[in-house]
Amino acid sequence: MKCQNCEKPATFHITELTGPQPVEHHLCEGCAKNYLSETDPTATPEPMLANVLAKQIKLGQAAEELARLDQRSCPVCGITFHEFRTKGRLGCPHDYTFFERELTPLILNIHGEPKHAGKRPRCGVVAPDQQTERIRIRREMKEAIEKEDYERASKLRDELRRLE
Amino acid sequence: MTINLEELASRCGEWLRGSGPQSDIVISSRIRLARNLADFPFIRRCNEMDKAAIEKACHHAIEQVDAWRSLIYVDVGALTAVDRQFLVERQLISRELADTSGPRSVAIERQETFSIMVNEEDHLRIQVMHSGLDLTSAWEQINQIDDLLDERLNYAFHERLGYLTACPTNVGTGMRVSVMLHLPALVITQQIEKAFRSLQKMGLAVRGLYGEGSQAMGDFYQISNQVTLGKSETDLIQQVVDIIPAMIEYERQARAFLVKESRKDLHDRVSRAYGILCTAQTISSEETLHLLSSVRMGVNLELIKDLDIPTINKLVIHTQPAHLQKLRGLELETADRNVERANLLKSQLRRGLGASDN
Repeated sequence: MKCQNCEKPATFHITELTGPQPVEHHLCEGCAKNYLSETDPTATPEPMLANVLAKQIKLGQAAEELARLDQRSCPVCGITFHEFRTKGRLGCPHDYTFFERELTPLILNIHGEPKHAGKRPRCGVVAPDQQTERIRIRREMKEAIEKEDYERASKLRDELRRLE
Repeated sequence: MTINLEELASRCGEWLRGSGPQSDIVISSRIRLARNLADFPFIRRCNEMDKAAIEKACHHAIEQVDAWRSLIYVDVGALTAVDRQFLVERQLISRELADTSGPRSVAIERQETFSIMVNEEDHLRIQVMHSGLDLTSAWEQINQIDDLLDERLNYAFHERLGYLTACPTNVGTGMRVSVMLHLPALVITQQIEKAFRSLQKMGLAVRGLYGEGSQAMGDFYQISNQVTLGKSETDLIQQVVDIIPAMIEYERQARAFLVKESRKDLHDRVSRAYGILCTAQTISSEETLHLLSSVRMGVNLELIKDLDIPTINKLVIHTQPAHLQKLRGLELETADRNVERANLLKSQLRRGLGASDN
């Protein structure tokens, strides 16, 4: 017997009992896997973000271009686009500016709107440059300490103190 | 701090009070806001030192608010696994905050109407929980909490994108509005899938009792907004509020249908559930939740007359693993918990029976 979805031999014979009537499926291994993962109620739904990202990247980018994009890293927190793409979490507020070109279509896809329309901080917003500067200095300080470059680390610490 | 947790254990959070508008079907209303400090990386790029500094800054800000003097401030990293699970069961912290590592904490209001988590997926997760359908006052409360923190902290905010969050799915308002519904009749009549598909088409998400990824337990479902950007907070709330009357109506129709078409079967079903809960010698938490759901519907339909909703709501929480252990005051293996659970149910439900005799 052939798989009902493709040309491969059907090796899985599944009887679905959850509907009003039993339904039989004859599937090859690959199709059965897809079928089971689709209908398994205990499987957590794939995160929406990962889905949208995967689609967007498949459509929009050639392999080399994606490889180049993956290497780009935020000058403030150091996160690479690859890390964001695979983990689904950004590294710092500046990423929204640094990866703006990649994030804009993603955000539009998720929310259907490009612009915030809700409340704003009542106490005003500090200039973003000044805020991200602190994140950058702290990170460089960490890296300097890791490299045992204590001279640079102490210089950075002074710089940070001036800002705070 | 442990003393304070013990103090919570025997009581029941405000959101499970079982009163408030439409409380036979609407269990609770919840709003959470995600906020980040502007001068720290998001959690993913934080080391222990960064997390400790964020924790300190947030703790300091919370302490400065006069009205919050009586909050219970808990160092989540210092808790035992049972205590962390206990806070998850009460919905005061998320599973993510319980399971992650590094400096993290939660500030809990004593009536449990709100909690503030520090170092979850975002630096701050503020949540307000009210009993019944009560999103308007939940929004007023959380908006005020957010303003109080905003006066003392520097939020990461973008002119075009609004509040910046670690995950772009929360950017903008950073707000998730959810209403927890008890929908047993829609489950019995197999209409629940259809209802959820139409909710999803309207851009609403459906989750189980304990949020993201959790399965629906005991026919309890949370309906919440999916989108967080491009609409004001009140519009996002309205979107959820607008759909609730229809869901309540569906559930009421399904209940009316069951009463009309198969009153005997339904009465039998809820009575048997009640019987098992009153007499079991050992029982799992899944079975307990499943049966409590039937009994809850039976009380609302006046098929069971000697029990009240607050008692059932309390049992939903008190029969969960960590609560059982906190109430008993010692750690118990699964088999011992199942016996302890049966004892608790027996004593609480029979007390209900006794009370109505008077």
